[in-house]
Formats: sequence, C-alpha cells, structure tokens
Amino acid sequence: MDPIPGGREPRQQPLLDVRNLSVAFHDGETWGEVLTDVSFAIEPGEFVGIVGESGCGKSLTALSILGLLPPRGVRLGGAMLFDGRDLAKLSERARREVRGRRISMVFQEPMSALDPVFTVGTQLLETVRTHFKVGRREALERAVEALAAVGIASPRQAAAMYPSSLSGGMRQRAMIAMALVCEPRLLIADEPTTALDVTIQAQIMDLLIELGQRTGTAILFITHNLALVAESCRRMLTMYAGQIVEDGPVREILARPRHPYTAGLLGSIPQSSRRKSVLPSIPGRVPSLHEMPPGCRFAPRCAHVEPPCLVPQQLVSGRDWRKVRCRRAGELALPGAQS
Amino acid sequence: MSTETSVAKEAVAKGPTAAARHSLWRVIRRDPRAVVSLGYLALLLAVSLFAAQIAPYSPIEQNVAELLMPPSPAHWLGTDDLGRDVLSRLIWGAPNSLYASALAVSVAIAIGVPVGVVIGFLGGWLDEVVSRFIDALLSFPPIVLAIAVTGALGIGLTNAMLSVGIVFAPVLARIVRAQTLVVRQALYVDAARAFGASTPQIVVRHILPNAIQPVIVQVTLMLAIALLAEASLSFLALGVQPPAASWGGMLARAYNYIEIAPAQMYTPGLAILFTALAFNALGESLRVALDPTMKRR
Repeated sequence: MDPIPGGREPRQQPLLDVRNLSVAFHDGETWGEVLTDVSFAIEPGEFVGIVGESGCGKSLTALSILGLLPPRGVRLGGAMLFDGRDLAKLSERARREVRGRRISMVFQEPMSALDPVFTVGTQLLETVRTHFKVGRREALERAVEALAAVGIASPRQAAAMYPSSLSGGMRQRAMIAMALVCEPRLLIADEPTTALDVTIQAQIMDLLIELGQRTGTAILFITHNLALVAESCRRMLTMYAGQIVEDGPVREILARPRHPYTAGLLGSIPQSSRRKSVLPSIPGRVPSLHEMPPGCRFAPRCAHVEPPCLVPQQLVSGRDWRKVRCRRAGELALPGAQS
Repeated sequence: MSTETSVAKEAVAKGPTAAARHSLWRVIRRDPRAVVSLGYLALLLAVSLFAAQIAPYSPIEQNVAELLMPPSPAHWLGTDDLGRDVLSRLIWGAPNSLYASALAVSVAIAIGVPVGVVIGFLGGWLDEVVSRFIDALLSFPPIVLAIAVTGALGIGLTNAMLSVGIVFAPVLARIVRAQTLVVRQALYVDAARAFGASTPQIVVRHILPNAIQPVIVQVTLMLAIALLAEASLSFLALGVQPPAASWGGMLARAYNYIEIAPAQMYTPGLAILFTALAFNALGESLRVALDPTMKRR
C-alpha cells in the first residue's frame, strides 16, 4: 500500500501553500475578520477535504484562493503561494489566467451554475477559448472529449443540449467537465454532491477520485459530510469559526481526533447501531462575527474547557505531522468515529 | 422520441444558436395570432420595399380636377384634397412609418441597453446618479418630451424619431438594469468568473443574453408606440414633411375635411391601427413564448 501523504514530510514544493490567510469584511462601520490565520498546504495530486459546519469559512477560503471575493470592502492578509507565486499579489489579469486554467472550481448547485440560455457545448467551448487560442471547431472537439471523460454516454448529443434538459447528476458532470476542460492543477470542489441524491452523490465522488488519479489534479474537497471525506480523502482539515483547528491524515483523525470540535463532528454522525438513542450534537452554534470569543473560539461549546483555554490558540504541529489548535490536545483522549 | 433525436442531430449540425431559434420558432408557429401578425408585417415590409413598383400613381402628383373623390376604378381609395391618389400615398407612407418605428426603437436600444447593463452591473454611485436621471426623464409625458427634443434637433422625420428613441431609451435602460441586477447574482456568473472569464466577457456572454428577453417583448410594443408617435408628430407637422406621404400626415390633412369627406380618415387610420395591433400581438405572443414558466422544453 502507498504511504499516507499527510503523514510524511513533504519532499516537493507544495502546489498550494496558504500562509496565515486572513479575510476581513467591512460592514459599513467596522471590519469583521471572517478568516483568521488560515494556513495549509496541498501537494500536487493530493485529495484534501475541508470539513466544518455552515459558516465556518470553508467556501470563503475557496473564493479567496480563486480571487473571487467582492472587489470592495474586503481586506486580505497573508499569502497564498501557488507554484511559488503569491496569488494575492497577482494582477487581476494574471489571476484570470490562473482561474479555470490552473485552479478551477465546481459549485454546489449544478442547477444554477450553468447558463440556461446556452447549450452545454457552447459553454464548454467558450471556457476552452478563454484560455487557448483555438478555433470553435477544435474547442468543441475538446468540449466533447471532456464530456466523454466525465462519463456522459453520448457527449456529442449532450453538448447540443441546454442545461434545462439535463438531470442534476448530468449537470454536475457537465460542470466538472467544464472545470477540468483546461486541465487545471487544482480543483476546488465546494460541496459538489450536496444538491444531488445519494446514488448520484456516490457516482460523482467516484468520478472525482478517478479523475484526480488519472489527471494528477489536486482536489480540495469542501463538505460538511464527514462520511464522504472518510471515503475519498487522505488528508482533512477541520475548520471552525474562520480558523483551521485540525489538520492531518483522515484515517488517524477519524480514529483519534485531537480537537474537541472534530470529535464532536464525528460524534454527530448517525450510527445504525445506536438507532434508538438520541443523536449526539454539539451544543450551541458557530459564534457570529461580533460575538467571537476572545480566547479559543470553540471554548463556549467545548466540554473540556478550562480557564487557561480562554486565550487565543495556535495551530501547533505535532511530531507526526498532525496539527491541532487546542492546548489540551496532548492530554485529552477523545473518542473517534465508531465503525 | 425519434423527432427529438433528429432535432438534436440537426442542432448539432447547425450549432447551438440554431437550436434556440428552432425552439422559439416552434412555439410561434403554433400561435395563430403570431402567424397572422408576422404575415401582415411581412406584407407591409414587402409593400415598403416595392412601393415604387406597386403604387399606381405618384404619391405627390396633384390633380386639381379630381379633389376629395370617393373610391372609383381609377382611384381605389379615392383622392385627397389636392387630388392625389390615396392608395398611392398609403403605399408610400408605409416605408416612412416602418423606417420611423425602426429608427426610434434602434436608437432606444442603442442607448438604453448599454446604459442599463452598465449601471446594473457596476452599481454604486454611477447607478444612483443615472437611475435618478432616468426617473426624471420618465416623469415627462413622452410626446411632450419628443416635441421638445424635436424643437432642439430641428423638424423632420429622422429628428422626430431620434427624439422618440431618446424618450424610449430610459424605459429600456430601466428594464435592462433590473434584469442585470437579477442575472449578475446568478451562480453561472460566478462560475464563469471561476473559469477565467473577464468582466467584458461575462457581460456580453452571460449578462446580456439572460437580461435581453424582456427587452425583446418591450421592443415589439415600442414599435407600436413609435408608430403612433410618428403619426402623432406627423399629425402635428413635426414629422414627415409635405409633400412626402406619411400615415400621420394623411390623417392630419383628412381631419381638415372631416365634414366634407369623412371617409378620407379611414384608410390612414386603419393602416396605423392594424400595424400597431400587429406589433402588439407579436409582442404578446413573444412574451408568452419566451416566458420560462410557460415553456415546455
């Protein structure tokens, strides 16, 4: 078996190296920091999952990497090194060349992510022509190839169809084709299966895994579904209230989580063996921008909180390449996922 | 099933835009009102293009021996107060009327659509300022504003219709702005950006095509209003200048002889009525055909 990538020292330059990324929005009066000290790296070809509740900053992290934050009222800090270049420092023109060509994205809602007035083929070939100087005919050929690559049975017919005549699963496949048609090195998949029903979900996940392995595209998979991460990713990041609180190999985190929040998420997965019992949940909710706790952000909901926890926590690397943002990580023995 | 496959194959052969036209045409073809309107307008266009060949007499040739004559084998629709053949003047009025409508609406589109898209897409203070200006323009009665603009630009059909177009532009700008505000929130706009499209590309490829449908409907209605505006301005002697023929001008002249020859008013009046109705009916059919909630594809 191959070694777990998250568990070894990175031998090569990471594809994407996010360092101390912070994002603040101006709400008319004050700045509210929605992402704080977000640091992580993705190796070429790696499949990394980001998990967390809604509003933890997962999608915002993705939009920051792509440079799709609103142009006004935003303050960006830190660095995002992609192939050694800091994305935050690129001109808009240079960022456009990166988007779609080097880093691409699949969205949650396949129903509305395709333009209803153009056929799937037209949209794909326009994406090709944005990045490559090719004629319409050749671009259409590439579009049809991309549709075939995502498992659409009659790609030529599908290319001539409007999004409204495709099923949800077909649209998400078309979306993935569009994201991968220019062969990017990193694909950000923001809850790509959430809007789909379960059997289609499994097909799309298998497709992403297969495409990632075949093309060597690294995938950053954003989800709130821990089961999907467990099945597909090798490394996972847990985000809470705009911070990364845990980072490490999926198997090890699932077996022995070190951050109480990760443990809480694992505990709230429904288990068929506990059918009659009450489903455990994490009490409280993600703090809003203006009531952010001064110390550990998870402290108000944490069962293991102590007075010394009420100071800001750092993301600390362990000896085994796991990182955790909890001062009690070493002493707590938190329950993992039941299998 | 087999027809659908053949349609799909045909669409592959012709390219994507052909498929869009195909489905719109299918809806229109099933709507008798739209077919009749389109047929009438096509006939009117043919008459306009071949006015010189069709008209039995010159539209400005006077014949003082036959003034205000009722219909006869020589003059099917009679003659006017200067002895000119009414049918010939009606035929020669058609190109003027169509030109006038088309010009006014083209001006309205050329000004209104870009302004609406830009202020809707960019927003901010520009939107605030231009939107208030549009509100101010819309508060004027259109004909009064058109008369004022004609006064400034000078009398004549082209100037009159330029002014009507300027009066219409804010209406289109407002519609396009509202649509743009909706469309720019769409996920496919974000998706296009995520795939590397630039702002001009997004506006041209995604915002405009999605914002334009209500404009198509509005434009057909505007053609009718422009036709009536042309008639009104010509009636007020601000549009087509004598001796050239126009329906509004004919109506104005006939109005002077309403007690001697009331029938003189019927033909230009009916020509204006039918043409305006045809534009309106077409607009209504298009509205239904383009309404996504009524679509069955």
